[in-house]
Amino acid sequence: MTWIRKDLLGLEELNREELELILSTAESFKEVSSREIKKVPALRGKTVVNLFYEPSTRTRVSFEVAAKRLSADVINIATETSSVKKGETLIDTGKNIEALKADIIVMRHNASGAAAMLARNLNISVVNAGDGWHEHPTQALLDIFTLKEKLGRIEGLNVSIVGDIAHSRVARSNIWGLLKLGAKVTLCAPKILIPAAIEDMGVAVTNDIEEALAKADAVNVLRMQFERDGETAFPRQLEYFKQFGITAERLKKAKKNIIVMHPGPVNRGIEISSEVADGANSVILEQVTNGIAVRMAVLFLVAQAQDKLANITKDEPSLS
Amino acid sequence: MKEKVKILDKEAVARAITRIAHEILEKNKSTKDLCLIGIRNRGVYLAERLADRIKNIEGSGVLTGALDITLYRDDLALVSGQPLVRKTEIDFDINGKNLVLVDDVLYTGRTIRAALDALIDFGRPRSIQLAVLVDRGHRELPIRADYAGKNIPTSKDESVEVRLEETEGVDEVVIIGKELK
Repeated sequence: MTWIRKDLLGLEELNREELELILSTAESFKEVSSREIKKVPALRGKTVVNLFYEPSTRTRVSFEVAAKRLSADVINIATETSSVKKGETLIDTGKNIEALKADIIVMRHNASGAAAMLARNLNISVVNAGDGWHEHPTQALLDIFTLKEKLGRIEGLNVSIVGDIAHSRVARSNIWGLLKLGAKVTLCAPKILIPAAIEDMGVAVTNDIEEALAKADAVNVLRMQFERDGETAFPRQLEYFKQFGITAERLKKAKKNIIVMHPGPVNRGIEISSEVADGANSVILEQVTNGIAVRMAVLFLVAQAQDKLANITKDEPSLS
Repeated sequence: MKEKVKILDKEAVARAITRIAHEILEKNKSTKDLCLIGIRNRGVYLAERLADRIKNIEGSGVLTGALDITLYRDDLALVSGQPLVRKTEIDFDINGKNLVLVDDVLYTGRTIRAALDALIDFGRPRSIQLAVLVDRGHRELPIRADYAGKNIPTSKDESVEVRLEETEGVDEVVIIGKELK
């Protein structure tokens, strides 16, 4: 298995071997964060630019920590304080970053497909940190990594994804990744938050939270994104909690060791109760820790692929 | 067809490991503060075998760890094929310890350079020694082995393959020469 992609844009385009390579590489990287000196020189001399068109703290910080633990230099660009405000186009911004001889752009953008467009126009690597409602590949990878770590496998697991599926790039990336690795995926949400014809991806759909929890080995609870469409899309937060909230009461009817995941930030009392978020089944903080290992693996793999493209004509030296 | 010459067979590999185990004990006087660190992949199995021998000879065991040096290589970009990042497993404090790095073949010395950098990120050992099953010459860095199973003069266009029971199902060392016309 050889990784040849200079970019990571989504999980839809990856095959099973590529997903497994990222996961196994991340497993090795996890150990680095447990050392006294939490740093390896693998990306020494590389520059990683975090280019965020949408507010994000946890994803940006996670990428920054990951890059720094690989010894890369990290530059953060928040677009509110950049020339983007003066009307610079995305591709111009990208080409300027490339001209600075940066090596990897990690981008969050509100338009679906933005990362792919940037990647097509640049020679340097682009890692998608979330594009519109399309994909958020590293979030799904860290969810899957955490599941695999907890349950030892992905193949054959029943995973339910609960919440605002329609506006969720996390859900979409998870669906692609989980299905490719052989899990069974059930989506659960109010009807208006389930996109039309989503069953065609190969998932089951239900509007009944108890049904979604009944057989699940894991439940991934999505954040209700009230800031995206106000309160008009779904009547009331309390109403949502009553019908779909993950509570200790509901977990009693589920498998005893069901894994509860949440990509954060958590809206306590809306999609999940505090009791569950802080409870024994929750792996929410482990997800945060694992996110660093997964992002280290992704940065490492795309940087290797890029170096390889640059050195394709050179001979292989021997190393013994 | 390539020319192949078997340099060490199963018995010779076993004798070399036993001799290195004795030499390590002779030099370090005891197993106190002595730890073996195998370099992935085959060095790990060699380190475990050395630890077994040392236990048989001395009656007391030594700690062993596994080191993956992929992230410390100076030639990552030039390697053909996927550089697989494997796990480093050193579950003990190396500060103040006498470490013996164990690898299968010593060649340019670049692997050992990378391993030294990696180890120093884990702490400050009292000393680091090097044990290899085969030293084939052609050093590119000022590095030498403290213990060598066999010195094999080679030419640069040959390759040395160490095969172990754990990885290839057989213990032997083979020199593979140039393509035969």
